[in-house]
Amino acid sequence: MGSLVGRNLLADAEPGTAPRMGFFTDTSVCIGCKACEVACKEWNAVPEDGLEFTGMSYDNTQGLGADTWRHVAFIEQDKPMGQADSDMRWLMASDVCKHCTRAGCLDVCPTGSLFRTEFGTVVVQEDICNGCGYCIPACPYGVIDQRKGDGRAWKCTMCYDRIGVGMEPACAKACPTDSIQYGPLDELRERAAMRVDQLHELGVDEARLYGHDPDDGVGGDGAFFLLLDEPEVYGLPPDPVVTTRDLPSMWRHAGMAAATLLGGLAAVFAVHGRAGGGR
Amino acid sequence: MNGPDTGGEDMREARVGEGTGRRRRGRGGRRGEKAMVPEAEFTSYYGKPILNPPVWKAFDVAGYFFLGGLAGAGSVLAAGAGLTGRPRVARALKISSLAALGGSTAALIHDLGRPERFVNMLRVMKPTSPMSMGSWLLAAYGPAVGAAAVLDVTGWWPRLGRAATAGAAALGPAVATYTAVLAADTAVPAWHEAHRELPFVFAGSATAAASGMALVAGPVGETGPMRTAAVLGTALELAASKALERRLGIVAEAYATGRAGRLLRAAEILSVAGAAGAVFGGRRRAVAALGGAALLAGSACTRFGVFHAGTQSARDPKYTVIPQRERLRAAAG
Repeated sequence: MGSLVGRNLLADAEPGTAPRMGFFTDTSVCIGCKACEVACKEWNAVPEDGLEFTGMSYDNTQGLGADTWRHVAFIEQDKPMGQADSDMRWLMASDVCKHCTRAGCLDVCPTGSLFRTEFGTVVVQEDICNGCGYCIPACPYGVIDQRKGDGRAWKCTMCYDRIGVGMEPACAKACPTDSIQYGPLDELRERAAMRVDQLHELGVDEARLYGHDPDDGVGGDGAFFLLLDEPEVYGLPPDPVVTTRDLPSMWRHAGMAAATLLGGLAAVFAVHGRAGGGR
Repeated sequence: MNGPDTGGEDMREARVGEGTGRRRRGRGGRRGEKAMVPEAEFTSYYGKPILNPPVWKAFDVAGYFFLGGLAGAGSVLAAGAGLTGRPRVARALKISSLAALGGSTAALIHDLGRPERFVNMLRVMKPTSPMSMGSWLLAAYGPAVGAAAVLDVTGWWPRLGRAATAGAAALGPAVATYTAVLAADTAVPAWHEAHRELPFVFAGSATAAASGMALVAGPVGETGPMRTAAVLGTALELAASKALERRLGIVAEAYATGRAGRLLRAAEILSVAGAAGAVFGGRRRAVAALGGAALLAGSACTRFGVFHAGTQSARDPKYTVIPQRERLRAAAG
C-alpha cells in the first residue's frame, strides 16, 4: 500500500514497464518550417491563439502555452555557422514540454490531474483538472498554461493517444529533416552524444546538449535538445531546478514560523495575565 | 508581454540573441527607483519571459493570503483571550475568523478555472503539493472555526465550544503560514528564492492583522495583549522582510520596484503607524480603531506586495536567467 501511494502521488518515474520514451530535438538541422507546430495543432485539435505580427524574425508564435505545444524559435545572429561561407547565421529550434524526470507541475498539482504515464511522460487529465493554475508558475520552463475561456491547464501530451498504439507523435512524424526524433530515451541520448561529436569534428564547437543530463536540477528531461548557443538565447532557462527540491526546507521554515506565532502569542498572554489583573 | 509593471526595466539592456540588432533600451531613471545591484547583462529571447507568469488573480489569491492570515492568527488570539478572561474580544475574533475563512474559501473557489470542480481538491492527499495540503488543512480548520464562533454566540454546548476554539487555535498558525509555502513552491524567482523568510513575513503579517481586528472590534479594556501582539507581529514582519531583501540579491529588486515596491512601502508605513497607535493610544476607542484599521490595511498591502513581486519577477527574464547563470558560475568554481 505504501508503495502504491508513493507511486501514484509522487513525481518519480513509474517503475519500468515500457521503456521511457522521449524527444531529441536536434536544432542544427531545423529549417524553421513549423510543420511540427501545424501537425501538433491539427492532431490534438488545439485552438487558434492569436494571429499577431511580432517582428521577432519569423516567429509570430512567441512561446509555449495552453494552445501552443510546439514553438519554433528564430534567432538571427552576426556569427558564422561552422565552416560555412557566411558571417550571418539563423538559429531555429522547435521547443516543447520537457517531460521532466522531476516534474514541478506534477508535484504541485493538488487534484492528481497531472500524472506520469507508462512511457515516463507527464500528461494532464482534462476531466479532472479544476483550473487551480498551480502547475503554471511551478514549471521552470514556462510550458504549461491556462486555456482562456476553458479555465483548465493544457500542454503537450507527447501524443499520448498515438504513442499508445505504437505511432510516433505528430510533430516528429511531420518533421521533414528529422530535427525532432522520437524514441526510447536511452537510445536518443546515445544518438545525441554521437551527433555532438560529429558536429564538433565539423568545427561547430558551440554545439551542446541541453536537458540530457539525469543529474541536472530536474533529473533530466524526457525531451532534450542539441543547441548551437546558450539556452537563454532560445528562451530556455540555463539551470532549471524543480521547485519541490526545496520543499522539505519550505515546510520546515513554515513550521518554525507557525511555532513562533503560537509561542509568541502564548507568551504575550502569559505576560499580560488575566483580564483586570494589571494591564 | 512586457507589461507596464515589469519591474526594474529602467536599468537593463537585454541582449536579444546576439547581433539581432534588437535591443531594449532603458527609459532613464524613473522617480525614486534606484538600482540595488549594478547593471547586469544577460541574454534573452526577444526580452520574453522564460516562465509563464501565474494566472492567479491578485484580488483572489493575495486576498486569500491576507484573509487566511487574519483567520488563523485570529483563532490563536481568540483562544488566548478566552482563557484569560477576555470573552468579548474572544467572541469578536471568533466571528472575524469565521468571516475571513468564508471569504478566503470563496476567493479560492472563485480563482479556479473550473469552480464547479473545487471538490477535486480533496480527491487526493499529496504532500508534494502545498495546495493539496492546504485544502485538507482548511477542511479541518473550517469546521473548528465555524463551531467555535457559532457555539460562542449561541452559548450552546460550552465544552464543545472550548474544544473547537482550541482546535482552531492549534490549526490557525498553520493556516496563517502555509500560504508562504504555497507561493514559494513555484519557479517564480521572487517567491521561491524567499522560501526561508516568507513564512515569517506571513506569520508576522497575520499576527498584526488579527491584532488589528481585535483593536477594531473588541472593547479597549480587553485588548491589552493584542496591543503587544500588534507590535511583535509588525516587528517580525519587518525583520523578516529586511532579511529577505538582504539575502535575495538581484531578485530583491522585484520587491522594491513597480507596484510591489509601492505596496510594500505602504505596508511598512501602515503597519508601523498602526502598531504605534495601538501602543500609545490603544486605550482610547477612536485611536484603537484607527490603529487597528491601519494594521489590517498594512497586512493586506504586504500580501498584495508579495504577490506582485512574484508576478513581476516571473514576467522579466533577468530574474530567471541571472541567478541561474550565477549558480552555474559558482558551481564551475
